[in-house]
Amino acid sequence: MPPDAGRAEPTNAEEFMKGLWEENPVFVQVLGMCPALAVSNTALNALAMGLATLFVVTASNAVVSALRPFVPKQVRIATYILVIATFVTIVDMTIQAISLDLHRALGAFISLIVANCLILGRAEAFASRNGIGRSVLDGLGMGAGFTLALFSLGAVREILGAGTLFGLSVLPSGFEPWVVMLLPSGGFFTLAAWLLLFNALERKEDAK
Amino acid sequence: MTGAVQPQTAPSSMGMFRAMVGVGLVCGLLIVSAHIGTRPAIERNRAEALRRAIFQVVAGAEAFETYVYLEDGRFERETPETALPGPRVYAAYDAGGGLAGVAIEAAGMGYQDVIRVLYGYAFESQAIVGMQVLESRETPGLGDRIETDPAFRANFEQLDVSLAPDGEGLANPVEAVKQGEKEHPWQIDGITGATISAVAIADILASSTAEWIPRLQRRRTDFEGGP
Repeated sequence: MPPDAGRAEPTNAEEFMKGLWEENPVFVQVLGMCPALAVSNTALNALAMGLATLFVVTASNAVVSALRPFVPKQVRIATYILVIATFVTIVDMTIQAISLDLHRALGAFISLIVANCLILGRAEAFASRNGIGRSVLDGLGMGAGFTLALFSLGAVREILGAGTLFGLSVLPSGFEPWVVMLLPSGGFFTLAAWLLLFNALERKEDAK
Repeated sequence: MTGAVQPQTAPSSMGMFRAMVGVGLVCGLLIVSAHIGTRPAIERNRAEALRRAIFQVVAGAEAFETYVYLEDGRFERETPETALPGPRVYAAYDAGGGLAGVAIEAAGMGYQDVIRVLYGYAFESQAIVGMQVLESRETPGLGDRIETDPAFRANFEQLDVSLAPDGEGLANPVEAVKQGEKEHPWQIDGITGATISAVAIADILASSTAEWIPRLQRRRTDFEGGP
């Protein structure tokens, strides 16, 4: 976990932007791999899972930050889990109310957002030490970074694995889909390719 | 860091208890509110999904009624007042109020997890006239072709499930064969690369039809009378 303390106070924009790029949960911190690999088989599933996680991390950050003065440290992890599980349950019900098909596609992974280490990580490392405003910005940034990463995986996997994006055909009809990209191994291949790209960009940046 | 996180002195047991109970109470309230808020929409979505599936598996259906199978072998129409226990089937009616067919839910083990399907049965032709997968976690791109493959889906446009002369079972149980080897109207042409999932569908239909078709044919008159 990157240290949040011991540095100059970041601006609001920096607080939000760090999750998108510099400390991207998937590509830099390599957190929350289970949903990132399992539910990124299509762009729509990836986007929906990303948005659900964005809501949970932002809401739980806000509540954990607000509860700081009232919760003794001995029981803090238990209360974080309680708060996170509550928001996941709310997301689960909301997705069922929006679309049963989407709920079916995401399957057990909605409930498993509870166990996403990104969310508990942000609650413990950031929200429990910062004010509500900053915690919300951190949650929004991390959630948006997670969504962006999942979408990057999902879009590549859907285009190569099915020749479509959001269900619409994007490749010529002669293209034979690489079914492996939709299978779990395709998730690893795509993640490896993105990590390679991110690391190469980072090295280039460092060399300057 | 902004703001103190924890007090320096050890908190009392009562303090910890109060914090946990307080947080639990607020979380409980939030969940119950969300449940109450989303319940009408979820119930509407479920009913709509069922309606869509029934109309898809019974061609020409315009309305449907739910029937409960009673222990004495009769089917009784379910109304909001009668909440009877027992398995349910859905009788579908055409625009003129005539019985178009019955939709039946069935489930069985697939390659990954339980597959749930809904199929339509037509009394006149004694055949399955449509099949819809309600729930499956088959492998994307391979096993999930039981839902997407047009050639496989064509099997269920007219799949023979005629009764044996004694009326106690099917003349020929539904069975899956290798792709391209279908010879009889009760056979399901399989999918190369998704053998297990295709056979699972055949097994689910075979056991469900063996159980339900004789019951339905015996009590066909229970469903007449229009929606």
